[in-house]
Amino acid sequence: MARIGVYVCHCGGNISEVIDVKEVAAFAGEKSDVVIAKDETHMCSDVGQQLILNDIKEHKLDKVVIAACSPQFQGATFMRTVESAGLSPYVMEMANIREQCSWPHFDFPKDATEKAKDLTDMAIAKARLDESLKKKMMPIGKRVLIVGGGIAGIQAALDLGDAGFKVYLVEKDPSIGGHMTQLSRTFPTEDCAACILSPKMADVPVNPNIELLTYSEVKNIEGFLGNYEVRIEKKPTYVDPAKCTCCDDCVDVCPAKVPNEYEEGLTTRKAIYLPNPIAVPHSYVIDVESCLGQVPLACTKCFDVCEPGAINYDQYAEEINITVDTIIMATGFEIFDATQKAVYGFGKYENVITAMDMERLIVHGAEGSPLRATGNRIAFIQCVGSRDEQVGNENCSRICCMYATKLSQLLKRSDPKRDIYVFYTDLRAYGKGFEEYYKRAQGDGVKFIRGRVAEVIENSKTKKLTLKVEDTLTRNIIESEFDLVVLSVGLRPNGGTDKVANMLRISKSPDGFLQEAHPKFKPVDTLTDGVFLAGTVQGPKDIPDTVAQASAASSRAIRLMNQGEFALDPIMAFVHEDLCDGCKLCVEHCPTDAITVSSGIASVNEALCKGCGSCLAACPKDALDLHVYTNDQVLAEIKSVLKSKKKEQSRFLVFADDMTAYRLSDNVGIAKMSYSIDSRIIRIPSCSRITPKLMLEALKAGADGILLGESEEKSSPFPDAISTINSNISKVKQILRKNEIEEERIRFVQFVTVMLGGFVNNMNGLGDYLKKVRPISDKKRKKLGIRN
Amino acid sequence: MANKITITSENVEFLRKVEELSGEIITLCDQCGTCSAGCPMVGEMDITPSQMVRNVQLGITDVLDTKAMWLCASCFTCTVRCPRGLDLSKIAEALRQIKLRKAVDYIDINKLPEEDLKELPQIALISGFRKFTG
Repeated sequence: MARIGVYVCHCGGNISEVIDVKEVAAFAGEKSDVVIAKDETHMCSDVGQQLILNDIKEHKLDKVVIAACSPQFQGATFMRTVESAGLSPYVMEMANIREQCSWPHFDFPKDATEKAKDLTDMAIAKARLDESLKKKMMPIGKRVLIVGGGIAGIQAALDLGDAGFKVYLVEKDPSIGGHMTQLSRTFPTEDCAACILSPKMADVPVNPNIELLTYSEVKNIEGFLGNYEVRIEKKPTYVDPAKCTCCDDCVDVCPAKVPNEYEEGLTTRKAIYLPNPIAVPHSYVIDVESCLGQVPLACTKCFDVCEPGAINYDQYAEEINITVDTIIMATGFEIFDATQKAVYGFGKYENVITAMDMERLIVHGAEGSPLRATGNRIAFIQCVGSRDEQVGNENCSRICCMYATKLSQLLKRSDPKRDIYVFYTDLRAYGKGFEEYYKRAQGDGVKFIRGRVAEVIENSKTKKLTLKVEDTLTRNIIESEFDLVVLSVGLRPNGGTDKVANMLRISKSPDGFLQEAHPKFKPVDTLTDGVFLAGTVQGPKDIPDTVAQASAASSRAIRLMNQGEFALDPIMAFVHEDLCDGCKLCVEHCPTDAITVSSGIASVNEALCKGCGSCLAACPKDALDLHVYTNDQVLAEIKSVLKSKKKEQSRFLVFADDMTAYRLSDNVGIAKMSYSIDSRIIRIPSCSRITPKLMLEALKAGADGILLGESEEKSSPFPDAISTINSNISKVKQILRKNEIEEERIRFVQFVTVMLGGFVNNMNGLGDYLKKVRPISDKKRKKLGIRN
Repeated sequence: MANKITITSENVEFLRKVEELSGEIITLCDQCGTCSAGCPMVGEMDITPSQMVRNVQLGITDVLDTKAMWLCASCFTCTVRCPRGLDLSKIAEALRQIKLRKAVDYIDINKLPEEDLKELPQIALISGFRKFTG
């Protein structure tokens, strides 16, 4: 007999404003084995936790059920609480009545309360059968991979290197430094960007703990905290940096000219080039795309003049395999492609440039750039590609107000005759020293006009540009001519981020940047253990915020690695020895070869078992089982969550894998997107754990449909799960066919964590379908069964 | 001279009504002015389109007596450019509806001079009666 305590959380109104928490607590109190059931405003607070501790002592509780938020959020907190009371952390179960009830179903408080009761009943049923398991300790080393060598990656690498950790800094470009190398000065202090950046860049290669891998890309990442296996491809530069003296002889003779990316295409470079004047590593690179020397017969000019013999056309891409313990993502941003905002004519009108172009012009001389004429009348257009639904970016890019303030006053001060206007929607000078800096620009005579520019029209003869804009303060329509229009382009996530984020199973927030684990208290963590975010990969931010976040990410990584070990979940397969007859069918179904059979009985190697549950369906004797999600537990969950179902109602179960589908359901809840209230979500490590028998039991117990939600194959921690699930489903469908039950009641969807709309569509799709086909008749249900 | 206005719950009622008729969430407008500057009719208007929206946000019913809403040609230039995704032509239509529902006769056939009656195309007269009597 278990002694269970049930706690229903108000979540400060997040739950209690929709769900009748008192009713849920009263309902739980009447369940067998439940000793006490209470409701409390904040279960995760000290008061709430103390309440649990006291009750465990006073009422001799041995199981705890908390009906609150998703276990993804506070699960770890409550596990610690029960652990500190001397119980196993695995005797705590959570009913997710916030992300799955009060948030998505806020419009239907009554039904949401009923669903909350079902979920609480389900958690109680599982808790009854919880085993007292212990966490397994795993070793962790001191190796970090940092993806991206901009200012965020550099700062994190230096922090970690200085603290004695082994750092692999991977940068896709031939030089580290990122966008900051291109800037003129930094706001609001007007430091020369290259001057403050170059010493930091130079520190990287001399740090003995940092291995710098430039011109390299992460091709694959597999594994988990403490054991991420990373494959990196280092592209050939065709120049040996050890021999190159940067004498420039090769550049003089190179015949291939291409636009210079570093100068935003305002100048050209040769096929052999130095990435930027402060490049680290400081060495020439041959750009294969434009070099003629790939056919050495065509051109070997650089090779011929290179005195130290640094050039080698026969270099090949190198594959580097490393193992690291933690990873910091610092892949940064791209500037918004202004051609998408066609009304401003960027790319079409020669005198419309981006703010990054202006940075380069000012670097070459604010008084009058040798690169191009600026003219005297200059207009800055703000919010280009930011705060604009028409281009799909609703977010504020946070830095454009201040860089325009900077560029405009640098231009004005270097030549007071210039007439400079900044057309803005809202001017946001929120940072330290920003407001003062804005005031300085106003004092210098830069004119700020409140109004978003509707369109730019070029005079085809003079090439001057007419801006149409409403001065929203006087309500006059301004149509004025300018010599130069500067677009204050916003920040977008770096295109290369997605690939690596998918390998690491990190989701994106609606703005397209990567999602942190918690917006307030885990701003640099991700939901993937041991992976952290630094800089603009998480969202637009300025240099000081980026540096602060990089240091925060490195200290979070140090916090994990410094302990030398970390706890691992005991979710692993085990064998009921009395049932096993040593048939070895499970052995071939294990994707990690963790099962062996000796003296007629199977056994599981815990170091190899990843807990996917693929072996369960293979066993004809039901001898294999999975800790934390045992057959008995999942069956008890299924039966209890369907208990309240009335005859005319339709219900379907969603088995959601922990890695993606369950998180996705949380994200949908957080976004307050509603979906079919007939659904009941059951959390499992992987759908491969749901045997055909369990699916049939679910239909017998009253479910009218089943949706299996699993990670996509490439992002799944269990590579063979998909094929196991497919074979399990086809077995069930065969039985349904025989019993004349619609096969479409069983559905299988592979999710990615960002597919919020896809999740909702799938839930509603099945919900609507089941309403249409009506519940399965009792007569048919009874006949369902499977012979092993 | 500057106008003095007070904001009461009646103002909110007007905003709610325009939102209901137009189907647009008018409070989303952040008054950037993109609509006004790109509007092909703005030169003829007494207030700019963004001013029209601002008046509705504040619930100033005087906006019903302005010309802007009648001059809106529903060309959708503002709609495709609005950074907050608002459809201003729907808002102008909502304002016209409210005005028309008051069912005020603006044209009295008896008061039209006979010469004009001969000159004016009949179809224009009839649609004029319909339009202005709701």
